[in-house]
Amino acid sequence: ALPRRLCILKGIYPHEPKHKKKVNKGSTAPRTFYLLKDIKFLLHEPIVNKFREYKVFVRKLRKAYGKSEWSTVDRLKDNKPTYKLDHIVKERYPTFVDALRDLDDALSMCFLFSTFPRTGKCHVQTIQLCRRLAVEFLNYVIASRSLRKVFLSIKGIYYQAEVLGQPVTWITPYAFAHDHPTDVDYRVMATFTEFYTTLLGFVNFRLYQSLNLVYPPKIDGQADVELKPAEGTDYAMDSESCLEKLSALSASLARVVAPTHEDEVELDEFPVEGETAEQMDARKKEQEALEKHKKLFEGLRFFLNREVPREPLAFVIRCFGGQVSWDKSLCIGATYDVSDPSITHHIIDRPRVEKQVVGRYYLQPQWVFDSINAKLCLPVADYFPGVLLPPHLSPFVTEQEGDYIPPEKLKLLAMQRGENPDEESEEEEEEEEEDDKEEEEEEEDESEKEEEMKLKKMEEEKTQSNKALPVKVTAGKLRLEDKQRLEQEQQSEEKRLAIMMMKKREKYLYKKIMFGKKRKVREANKLAAKRKAHDSAVKEEKKKSKKARRA
Amino acid sequence: PLPPLTPLPSSPLQDIRNTVGNIPMEWYQDFPHIGYNLDGKKIYKPIRNKDELDMFLEKMENPDYWRTVQDKMTGADIKLTDEQVDLVHRLQKGQFGDVHFNPYEPAIDFFTHEVMIHPVTNRPADKRSFIPSLIEKEKVSKLVHAIKMGWIKPRKPKDDTPTYYDLWAHEDPNSILGRHKMHVPAPKMKLPGHEESYNPPPEYLLSEEEKLAWEQQEPVERKLNFVPQQFQCLRAVPAYPRFIHERFERCLDLYLCPRQRKMRVNVDPEDLIPKLPKPRDLQPFPTTQALIYCGHTSLVRCLSVSPSGQWLVSGSDDGTVRFWEVSTARCMKTLPVGGVVKSIAWNPNPTICLVALAVDQVVLLVNPGLGDKLLYGATDQLLESFVAPEEERVQPVRWMTATAEEHGRGIRLHIQHSKPVKQVTWHGKGDYLASVVADHSNMQVLIHQTSKRWSQNPFRKSKGLVQCVLFHPIRPYFFVATQRYVRVYNLLKQELTKKLMTNCKWVSSMAIHPGGDNIICGSYDSKLAWFDLDLSTRPYQLLRHHKKALRAVAFHRHYPLFASGSDDGTVIVCHGMVYNDLLQNPLLVPVKVLKGHVTTLDLGVLDVLFHPTQPWVFSSGADGTIRLYT
Repeated sequence: ALPRRLCILKGIYPHEPKHKKKVNKGSTAPRTFYLLKDIKFLLHEPIVNKFREYKVFVRKLRKAYGKSEWSTVDRLKDNKPTYKLDHIVKERYPTFVDALRDLDDALSMCFLFSTFPRTGKCHVQTIQLCRRLAVEFLNYVIASRSLRKVFLSIKGIYYQAEVLGQPVTWITPYAFAHDHPTDVDYRVMATFTEFYTTLLGFVNFRLYQSLNLVYPPKIDGQADVELKPAEGTDYAMDSESCLEKLSALSASLARVVAPTHEDEVELDEFPVEGETAEQMDARKKEQEALEKHKKLFEGLRFFLNREVPREPLAFVIRCFGGQVSWDKSLCIGATYDVSDPSITHHIIDRPRVEKQVVGRYYLQPQWVFDSINAKLCLPVADYFPGVLLPPHLSPFVTEQEGDYIPPEKLKLLAMQRGENPDEESEEEEEEEEEDDKEEEEEEEDESEKEEEMKLKKMEEEKTQSNKALPVKVTAGKLRLEDKQRLEQEQQSEEKRLAIMMMKKREKYLYKKIMFGKKRKVREANKLAAKRKAHDSAVKEEKKKSKKARRA
Repeated sequence: PLPPLTPLPSSPLQDIRNTVGNIPMEWYQDFPHIGYNLDGKKIYKPIRNKDELDMFLEKMENPDYWRTVQDKMTGADIKLTDEQVDLVHRLQKGQFGDVHFNPYEPAIDFFTHEVMIHPVTNRPADKRSFIPSLIEKEKVSKLVHAIKMGWIKPRKPKDDTPTYYDLWAHEDPNSILGRHKMHVPAPKMKLPGHEESYNPPPEYLLSEEEKLAWEQQEPVERKLNFVPQQFQCLRAVPAYPRFIHERFERCLDLYLCPRQRKMRVNVDPEDLIPKLPKPRDLQPFPTTQALIYCGHTSLVRCLSVSPSGQWLVSGSDDGTVRFWEVSTARCMKTLPVGGVVKSIAWNPNPTICLVALAVDQVVLLVNPGLGDKLLYGATDQLLESFVAPEEERVQPVRWMTATAEEHGRGIRLHIQHSKPVKQVTWHGKGDYLASVVADHSNMQVLIHQTSKRWSQNPFRKSKGLVQCVLFHPIRPYFFVATQRYVRVYNLLKQELTKKLMTNCKWVSSMAIHPGGDNIICGSYDSKLAWFDLDLSTRPYQLLRHHKKALRAVAFHRHYPLFASGSDDGTVIVCHGMVYNDLLQNPLLVPVKVLKGHVTTLDLGVLDVLFHPTQPWVFSSGADGTIRLYT
């Protein structure tokens, strides 16, 4: 267990030897191999001695318990040896950027541990610490407005923030009690968490410092005063309510230096060498888009209904400049009431709204997430309560050429480009409806005019064929096509012949690559076909229901 | 005085007391006796064969069944007495065994609790019990002093919360060690795709069959480690049951997975294709099927062309040899030979009109009687001018002139071998002829001289199963292909000059470049080996163009072309340019895949042959046709 913990803490991983047989005494049985250098490196770690001390302490304590020497137990417990992992963090991540790059797992783990129950499985202190660090990080993301993407998956909620230029992705589980599995070694996870909390603490400190925020975070004085009367006097102990208030994510944080909005100096732009004007323009545009994205919800006031997951939504909305509140009884930190007339968006997750207040949109929570991913406020019509929601797409997928792109994504891309596909589609729909009507009319008429129609059709065909007869221009065209085809055939044959001449290894590689490509195409085609089938089925359904309604 | 649990002897006469002592009685399980009595006699087990039924009957009938116990020591059933039953009951209730023992007797103090007026001892009290202790005072004053000086502090409540500070305040570039450069950071977790969404587009949901397939796959084989699901609203989304598992697996990956930097082959597959000269620039070569020579009823094993290029001869399994006019595909002559024609070779000398056929054990020399009458008349004269030598020499074969009837058909000479002949081939001058016999001895290869009607066996020892032989077109060399090697013999010096390793499992055919420095070998493991005799004894290139066994290979006499025919029914024509400059390696480019033959009986093309002057290629197939590609 000791070497395991050391390996985890120091980030030592096994290596795959070049000659497996040579190092494994001739056998090829799977074994893990560590570099000798790494093992020596572990031996020099001062924390090894601390671990030994701890072992001795545990032994003494057990002995004292066995002898029922309670005073000794007390004394021993007071002098419990502790250790710090600061130097290991510094050693593993010599620069801050390194630490940021490795933050994904740390965050996911801390968010997971912060949702554990306070009993069993691991120390309460660890859970509390994880919660504190997670809340601190969320507050930083809000303050720096660095959230970029959110994704509601069936596993949990994925967030991606851009912290100092580094993309940091983490996942949080949905807020339900965990069904603790038995085949998981919690000690391993606890060791990881131990390191991750240390890392995250230092990272948080540095991040807060970079924004001139006070660490450990405090709620802005002004907001604090505002909050006080609302929440009542004796909500909880001061120390606890502090964290609670923080985790409400509704108030801005205190700064070391008061921010001065006036002197936001416009930075002079220095052209990077070797960059053309176009590139610079593109960069500028990107920058502007980013600024716009950051202020997506600026000026909007949200209200969260009580069945909506409060924390993720509050976090996300605040990240994009929106104001958010919720029912007072739901959580501490509510800033305004349901009846506030200035509320613009009411997030609700019920099929019906009992009494609607005029002047605000009642929307399902997916609207918030989809808007963020689309980088614009989407039309609200699709997201009214009780409406069948459009699919929620992953913002992490960037389609390459040849990949399957769902039609919703295409629509979205068009919208981002500034086109308005909505009208078109509506028109199309109308047209379709008209078509439907026509068809139906036809169907109705069919019984009467069947024969007539047939005759007409036949006549039409006749005339068409008559028309087609004198026009005999296709021959030339065909030949042309043939030529092209011949050319193509020749080229493909040349290619085949050249492939024959490839070396064995290259041929293998080539075949593998081609196989992969073909598989990709096949998968894309399969998805497209599925979609087509689904769409046609839905259409059929619609038609049927319409007919039923009409009948 | 507890009554012993071992029952008292019921009758004093019969004291069967077991003397084995306190041992596990299982030790006597396999013996007929159960121990020894006081006299040292064996106590036998009671002969009892109580089965379940007996037990049950006894339970029902015997009123004392409940108080009957089996004595382990003697194996006998004992009925407990009333006293004993009473004792058991008492012990079960946790009472004392003895009836007469009273556990609640009145307690009598050892010392009286009343204080007496007289002390126990009469010793006067010490003086030190009246004056304050100096030692204690010293100790206390020390503590007081220490407290006053601030040495001793009251115990502080421990603060568990860790303190954080700016760890990276002084980022030292020197602290980036080699270790960090060598460190392979763990790859990040894969980001989720559309299918992981709680409300994915409908095409990402699995259909019933897919779901079933997913369930039947091993967890490691699955492409997705979850089943995509659709929920109508966010409220309906449940917790993911494997969330902790996934985090845990990630942890395991982080500290137990070996990490390796792998260079991702990021090559454009088009770049892998070698840049070859365009086949168009390498013309002429046969591209289209021009003629089909029909007539044979069975597979056509072998082909040969007259040196002028006007006539084609083919031998087939139907026991005939057919002579064709090349340009018209007309069958000029059919010669029944009464056996499978294994090999056929037209004399390469343009002044001699003679065809050698291998039929069973005979090599026939046939004058086809086609073309210039002068020419074939001269050939007949040449053959007739033979005068038998005075002394008969011992020969490995018998030379026989044809009978008159055969002469009429064109057959001129028989060379009777002792075993079936596999192959015949002419020397370039047209006088010598080599034949390969299916045999394991040293008699496999024979060289015949037609002008002297004389044969000889060049080898003293067999070097393996000979597949085919070949004369060098210019120099006095002789190539012998065994299963895996090609041996090159110098006929003048009568020695082995080279041994070529073909790197194939079983050579099927061989052809030599007209320049004489390059050889190609086709093999049954669908490889074609090109040897540059000046370069090395190993193949310069091993071409794996065909999908099935190669049956025949051929070089063109003038054009830089060679062809190979295979069981997959294709003939592949390659451009094989040999440069005069010794430093430049031959250039091999496949230029055309010719299809046309239908595979029958798993056989495709059996022989390929180039026209001697035109860039045309003949191929004979198992479907009984000969095809000409121009």
